[in-house]
Amino acid sequence: MSSHPPSVAPEPAPERLFGRVLDNIRGGNLGSWPVLIGLAVIVLFFSFKADNFLSPGNFSNIITQMAGVTLLAYGVVFVLLIGEIDLSISYISGIAGVVVAQMTLPETGHQLPGLIAILLAVAVCAAIGAFQGSFVAFIGVPAFVVTLAGYQIWQGVIQKSIEDKGVIVIQDETVNNTANYFFSNTAGWIIAAVVCAVYTAGVLGGVLSQRRHGVAVRDPLFTIIKLVAVPVVAVVTVVICNRDRGVPFVLLLMVAALLVLTFVAKRTTFGRHVYAVGGNAEAARRAGINVARVRIIVFMISGAMAGLGGVVLAARLNSVDLNAGGGTLLIDAIAAAVIGGTSLFGGRGEVRDALFGALVIATIANGLNTLNLTQGVIFMTTGGILLFAVTLDTILRRRQRKAGR
Amino acid sequence: MGAVGADGPHPPQLMTTATASTPAPLLELRGISKNFGSVQALTDVDFEVRSGEVMALVGDNGAGKSTLIKCVAGAHSPDGGEVFFDGEEVQIHGAKDAAKLGIEVVYQDLALCDNLDVVQNMYLGREERDWLQRLKEPVMEAKTAQTMKGLAVTTIPSIRQPVATLSGGQRQSVAVARAVMWNSRLVILDEPTAALGVSQTQQVLELVLRLAEQGLAVVLISHNLHDIFEVATRMTVLRLGRNVAVYERAKTTQQEVVQAITAGVPTKVSGIAASTSEPV
Repeated sequence: MSSHPPSVAPEPAPERLFGRVLDNIRGGNLGSWPVLIGLAVIVLFFSFKADNFLSPGNFSNIITQMAGVTLLAYGVVFVLLIGEIDLSISYISGIAGVVVAQMTLPETGHQLPGLIAILLAVAVCAAIGAFQGSFVAFIGVPAFVVTLAGYQIWQGVIQKSIEDKGVIVIQDETVNNTANYFFSNTAGWIIAAVVCAVYTAGVLGGVLSQRRHGVAVRDPLFTIIKLVAVPVVAVVTVVICNRDRGVPFVLLLMVAALLVLTFVAKRTTFGRHVYAVGGNAEAARRAGINVARVRIIVFMISGAMAGLGGVVLAARLNSVDLNAGGGTLLIDAIAAAVIGGTSLFGGRGEVRDALFGALVIATIANGLNTLNLTQGVIFMTTGGILLFAVTLDTILRRRQRKAGR
Repeated sequence: MGAVGADGPHPPQLMTTATASTPAPLLELRGISKNFGSVQALTDVDFEVRSGEVMALVGDNGAGKSTLIKCVAGAHSPDGGEVFFDGEEVQIHGAKDAAKLGIEVVYQDLALCDNLDVVQNMYLGREERDWLQRLKEPVMEAKTAQTMKGLAVTTIPSIRQPVATLSGGQRQSVAVARAVMWNSRLVILDEPTAALGVSQTQQVLELVLRLAEQGLAVVLISHNLHDIFEVATRMTVLRLGRNVAVYERAKTTQQEVVQAITAGVPTKVSGIAASTSEPV
């Protein structure tokens, strides 16, 4: 390394308030601000317009309605981060539904316990993701076409596998609980406490480690705001949920997946390589990163999250039918990631974008429903917001290119 | 122990006096030939660079500069000739071999990820991690800050800035700093000032001089003779895949070098044999 003795720590530069936020905005990275502001506006609008919008029961409904899309959208974020697209996730999620339904069907001779069936479904979907990803990574077939083919193939597989019955009712309680279980009030508080503790430990651990190495702690004020805001949100959520049926299991699932995937994306070597491949694949390759491996794992994550989401979606209906994975699921999942702020051009975005984006979509659909507006209005509104989000992304990208000159 | 500063401080007039005594070259190429099908890209080319000097490699388009560099970087393997590094004959079959010897190349496109910050780019593909594959972010940040300080790169406001927000000269500085951070002993810079404005060019040239002062061997490929005359200790001129001559900066003029590049003047200079005098 350099000739300086390691004891010479760099002098921490004086940090401006919100220094990193400002740097990011200058570099064309607005973070989660636009979607959070948009969400606040939407919630305010509906709370004035619709009478029963701001009720604990409706809050709980929004969470259970958005869960499937959110889990799919987490995977979409990873795919978008490497600058690719996965159009097959909706029908991959349908495959997961078919697998859990078939594998938990009584009196078939191959009935599995619910948890095993769920894990099997997710594993099958991850394998599908790896299969599709290897065409992209090794042969260089555009992901758009590979996954468009997957969209048709998996739709066909679903129809073929349940064409004689038309619908399979899921009777396994474990599977159905993934979408329909609500925790008791006490359990809700314990979960909130654990989640807050894990989050705080993660943030504080990073800060302490920075101090130990004599590295400047950026945005101390911003860190404190985060450390206060997240527990406040958790407490408020539990209070509202407990006034209805309690904290839904899917909320725990969404939050746990968010924490794990955020850790993978931001704190691990693999996550760093995902961002590098999305930013400049050639530079990543020359730096010795196995680009093909990164791409395949990303498509596996996309498949696995689609599988998990598919289990939740099937459990919510207590059944799978010929329409599994159809409808607006694909559009909603990709729109959620993009509305949340993940760039379609690769290299920019966070896992939490998917959660915020899905919250926007679910809130709009729910709010317009409570106003007794039809599906048409919901489509037009969501489409308009998506157009706005992509335009913002494109403008930011142009800005980013100019920023350095 | 890295090469940065390994030789201790050199006198500031290093580039005019270093050649007075002639130490053994760090990298020496003898009689390198390379052909692509029927095209003879390099014919019997000799080249050398010593630690602590800036050796410019000049020549017109198609003179064989890039091919020669790629032979050193491991991207091509030469069809004939010998490569000596630190006095020992070596075979370089790929970028990894080159990196192992301490040879780093900064290509013209810099190979930076715009969406990542300076620290993340410096450690791209060689991240410090623990057994859980967790990134040791503060360690990387501290070492990056140290390297930047060691190279006196002071123009970058924050090493946690995305590279996209940096100017061309700052980006070049990041790419160069990344190259020298890994125990490198020889740094090859491919047209480092080609896309830069006047003051940014100055920044980069000063950085090039600093690398040599710290004891690294530097090979500078450039079309810009003005830049070369500002920083190079010596210059090797190639023409149509052959050696023309090696000039010491103190003992030549831009005119003489231009003539060598365009017309070719096979002469014997500073102990290196000129190419055979077949008609070209």
